[in-house]
Amino acid sequence: MHNASAAIEVDRLVKIYKATPAVNDVSFSISRQSVTALLGGNGAGKTTTIGMIMGLIRPTSGAVRVLGHSMPDESAHVLGRMNFESPYVDMPMRLTVRQNLTVFGRLYAVQDVRSRIDQLATELELKEFLDRPSGNLSAGQKTRVSLAKALVNQPELLLLDEPTASLDPDAADWIRRHLEDYRKKRGATILLASHNMLEVERLCDRVIILKRGRIEDDDTPSGIRARYNRTTLEEVFLDVARGRVEKAS
Amino acid sequence: MSTAATHGFRRGIGWHRVGAMLLRHWYLLTSSWPRLLEMVYWPALTLISWGFLQNYISSNAGFFAKAGGTLIGAVILWDILFRGQLGFSISFLEEMWSRNLGNLMMSPLTPFEFLLSLMIMSVIRLAIGIVPMMVMAAVFFDFNMLGLGFALVAFFCNLILTSWAVGIVVSGLVVRNGMGAESLAWTLVFILLPLACVYYPVSVLPAWLQPVAWLLPPTYVFEGMRALMIDKVFRADLMVEALAINAVLFVVAIFAFIALLNSARGAGKLIQSGE
Repeated sequence: MHNASAAIEVDRLVKIYKATPAVNDVSFSISRQSVTALLGGNGAGKTTTIGMIMGLIRPTSGAVRVLGHSMPDESAHVLGRMNFESPYVDMPMRLTVRQNLTVFGRLYAVQDVRSRIDQLATELELKEFLDRPSGNLSAGQKTRVSLAKALVNQPELLLLDEPTASLDPDAADWIRRHLEDYRKKRGATILLASHNMLEVERLCDRVIILKRGRIEDDDTPSGIRARYNRTTLEEVFLDVARGRVEKAS
Repeated sequence: MSTAATHGFRRGIGWHRVGAMLLRHWYLLTSSWPRLLEMVYWPALTLISWGFLQNYISSNAGFFAKAGGTLIGAVILWDILFRGQLGFSISFLEEMWSRNLGNLMMSPLTPFEFLLSLMIMSVIRLAIGIVPMMVMAAVFFDFNMLGLGFALVAFFCNLILTSWAVGIVVSGLVVRNGMGAESLAWTLVFILLPLACVYYPVSVLPAWLQPVAWLLPPTYVFEGMRALMIDKVFRADLMVEALAINAVLFVVAIFAFIALLNSARGAGKLIQSGE
C-alpha cells in the first residue's frame, strides 16, 4: 500500500553483508516537508539505510519508495529531484569550486547554472574561494561546498549523512541554520543521519533510533526524551547504546 | 535484470549530462600541464625508440627495406589500442581517485551516459598523444600515417572499439573490487600484445595458438596493416571480420559492466569506494 503523501517509504528493509545483518527488518514512512533524523551509534545501520534509499545499495529484501517511485528500479524519475551530502564522497579536488558546481549543475539540468552558482555562493558564503581548487579548502569550507552541491538542483528531498561531522561548533551551527532556512523556503523533506544530538534536537521533528540494524524507537525528540525520562537526547542515546533502556510506557 | 543500471540503459541519452562529464574532464586536463605533457611524452618516446630501430633494421635487411614503415605502423596502431584503453580507464579512475563515483551514481547520469562520456574522453586523450606521434613519424622517419587513407579509418575504428571493450570491463572490475583492481587498467590490455601479433604475422605463432589469435579483433588489424604495407593490398574482409568480433565483445563488455555494477550495488561498494 503506497502513501502518496510520503516522501520516503521503507518497507521491511533488510541488508545482509555476507552473514552480517547491517539493516534488519526496518520499516518507516517519512512525510513530505518534514525533517527526520536517523540516530544511532557506529554500525547501527544509518549509512546503509540512507544508501538503500538513494539506490546506491541494493537491499537484500524489502522495498524503498522515494517521492512515489520504487528504488532503485525507477530511480531515473527521482534522482533529479533529490540530492545528498555524505562524508564518504568528495568532489574532484583539482577542479575549482565553481567548476565543480558547474558540472553538477549541468548534470542536474539546472536552468541558468551561472546564476544558481552566484545565488549559492551568496547564501553559503562561498565567494572568497569560488575559484580555488576544492582540494585546497578547509574542512568547514569543504562542507559548505558539499552542501552547495547538494542544493544545486533545489531538491525536494535532501539526504544528509553526518552533515556537520568534523566541523567546529560555529561552522556546524551555521550549516544547521542554513538547512533550516532551506527547508522552510523550499518546503523540502530532509532525512539526516547523525551522531550529534544537539543537531538532531534543533533540526528534527522526528527521530528514528537505530541499534544493530533495527529500529529501537521512533518519535518526536520531546516524545523520546519523555519516554526515557531524560532531559536530553544525548542521555537517551547513551541509555540505548549501553543497553540501559527503561522506557516509560 | 531489472535494476537501476539496466533502467539507465533503456532511457534515452541526455546529451547535456554527457556534456557535463566531458566538461568535468576538460577542466581536469586543462588544470594540470604535467598531465598533458605525460600524454604526449610516452607515445613520443616509444615512437623515437622504435623509429630508430626500424631505420637500423631496414638498412641491414632486405625484407624490412621492402616493408618500410611496418614497425612504426605497428607501434602507432598499438598505441591507438593501448592509449585508447588507458584514456578510457584513467578517466574512470579519476572518479575513483577523487571519491566522486557516489556523487555521479546518485545523480541523474545513467550508466550508459557515463560510459559514453568515457568513450569520448578516450578519443580526446588519445588524440592528444597520438597526433604529435604521427607528426613526429612523418618528420623524423618519413612515415605518413595519414597516407594509409581509408584503411587508417578502418584500423582506428576497430582498435578503438576493442580498447573501449577492455576499458569497460576494467572499469566494472574496479567498481566491484575497489582500487585493489586499479593496476588492471595498465596491465590487462598487454595480454593482447603477444596474441594479437602486433610486430609479427600470425603464422609465427604455434599452430594451436593461432585460433586464439584470430578471436581477437586487433589481430585482423595488424595483419591488415602488414598486408597493406608489404603487399600493398587493403584487406576489407579482415576489417569486416574484426568489426563483427568487436561488436560481440562490446556487447559482452556492456553486460559485464552492468553485472559488476549491480554486484557493487549489492556489496555496498558505490557509497564507499576504496581498497
